[in-house]
Amino acid sequence: MNIVVLIKQVPDTASNIQNRVSDGRVDLEGVTWVTNPYDEYAVEEALRLKEKLGGSVTLIALGPERVDSALKEMLALGADEAIHVWDPAFAGIGLQASAAVLAAAIARLETTPDMIWTGWKGVDADQGLLPIYLAEALGLPHLSFVVSVSVENGRVSVEREVEGGKERLEAPLPAVLSAQKGLNEVRYASLKGIMAVKRKQIPVWDAAALGLDLATLPATRVETLSVERPPERGSGRILGGTAAEAAAELVRLLHEEAKVI
Amino acid sequence: MSDIWVLAEARDGELKRVTYELIGAARALDAEAAVTVVLLGSGLAGMAEAAGAHGADRVLALDDPRLAAYSPDGWASALAEQARAATPDVILAPATFRGRDLAPRLAAKLGVGLASDVTELGRSDGAVTALRPIYAGKALARVRVAGKPAILTVRPNSFPAADTAGAGRLETVVPGELTALAVSSGIEAAASERPDVAEADIIVSGGRGMGGPEHFAMLEELADLLRAAVGASRAVVDAGWRPHGDQVGQTGKTVSPSLYIACGISGAVQHLAGMKTSKVIVAINKDSEAPIFGLADYGIVGDVFDVVPALIDALRARGGS
Repeated sequence: MNIVVLIKQVPDTASNIQNRVSDGRVDLEGVTWVTNPYDEYAVEEALRLKEKLGGSVTLIALGPERVDSALKEMLALGADEAIHVWDPAFAGIGLQASAAVLAAAIARLETTPDMIWTGWKGVDADQGLLPIYLAEALGLPHLSFVVSVSVENGRVSVEREVEGGKERLEAPLPAVLSAQKGLNEVRYASLKGIMAVKRKQIPVWDAAALGLDLATLPATRVETLSVERPPERGSGRILGGTAAEAAAELVRLLHEEAKVI
Repeated sequence: MSDIWVLAEARDGELKRVTYELIGAARALDAEAAVTVVLLGSGLAGMAEAAGAHGADRVLALDDPRLAAYSPDGWASALAEQARAATPDVILAPATFRGRDLAPRLAAKLGVGLASDVTELGRSDGAVTALRPIYAGKALARVRVAGKPAILTVRPNSFPAADTAGAGRLETVVPGELTALAVSSGIEAAASERPDVAEADIIVSGGRGMGGPEHFAMLEELADLLRAAVGASRAVVDAGWRPHGDQVGQTGKTVSPSLYIACGISGAVQHLAGMKTSKVIVAINKDSEAPIFGLADYGIVGDVFDVVPALIDALRARGGS
């Protein structure tokens, strides 16, 4: 089972992004970058599948210089190879163009992957589009929000959580799969793993290396006009008295004032 | 007058409420719009009628045994064929798991733009604009979707459901050639009758202050009185007290119910991001300094083990909800 995992970096989920919004944009200067949590589940699942079925795990990240550290961090967990896809011309391209770039990178690999894994969304822009755009660009089926997976006879079957239940899907391989929380518990890197990748040179593939004509990339269709702070919620009222008094007052207020029950 | 399509959300042969919210969203975007509800599946007559009763001017039913099982790529192909022929201005899909699985594949097939999980809609210079929470709601992005059709997935509970009937003129079409690679073998309903946190109008949520998984029984009791879902903080999910699907926050679900009751949740940044757009927030926590009180409309400083049972009694005294 040859597996490609796509990873990206996002600001640490503990970041106070709201305090970084001004003049219609988010200023990410100095923020702590971490591997997207959903991508970590994807890496973990790929490693488990490799341990069970053999094959290889290749990491690919599309992004500026800083993603090199994320690739190393994930390599240290036991992935075989990593490729950093970047070209200054890729800055600000839309998601359909990003999918086309990643599809070109995947096409250039020596072995055609059986599975391509990634997180179902980045916890930054929360779009959840890239895995599906990539599947369409590669002409492959996609299976989203996966919480369990099994492979048999060249087919993959997955389970995913949907509202109020679980859905099972099946598809022929190769396929694009996106990881949801609950898929697995991620491992930590061993000291040996960390040392092994320390001086590793991760190859960078730019537009020329990918044989990409930038003019043919899909145009950006969704433009961000501005970024705003969410409206402040003033603190409300603290209800005093005994637990019973406060509870009775709360029920009255929810019914008569807020009218939500 | 614009031509707006609404991709219906259905389960077990019935339309879900979010479908009616999308009809409402289409009318909010353009009061004069011709709203078409699009159904896919096999044996759709009953749902077509319901769509008309809730405001659809037209119902486009892709009614075919080959569409009986959900397939993201198969359904997207069938939809793309119709959308290419009819070129609607806007396609709205629910930001449910299914909508967020299907609509991007359709956008990719059509080579058009999609804005995910939007909570407001508008227009500017003929293009559709939308507000979408990013960083799980720590910031809001105003975006413009160029081209036609503009596709948007709309977060449940963001628009009031349409409440006037439409003509509901039914058009049934049979798709052309169809291939479906990824195919669903169905949805197994959760054992619980409680609504899912992503869909619920009221959520009762518990954090580490609940002390242990066994104490969620009282939150379930409170939730059942309110016909609410039971949510959880990341700490509680990571500790294995509650299933992952219940997690509210940046690495869980982002929710906007009309009432969110946070019990024993202190209010980590990543949790607050996921629930601060709730219409009314109630916080119950013994630490009066807990950040959750900073955005609660009503707060009770006290032990959840005293306050939650008192709340259950008070609701019972009122005769449930």
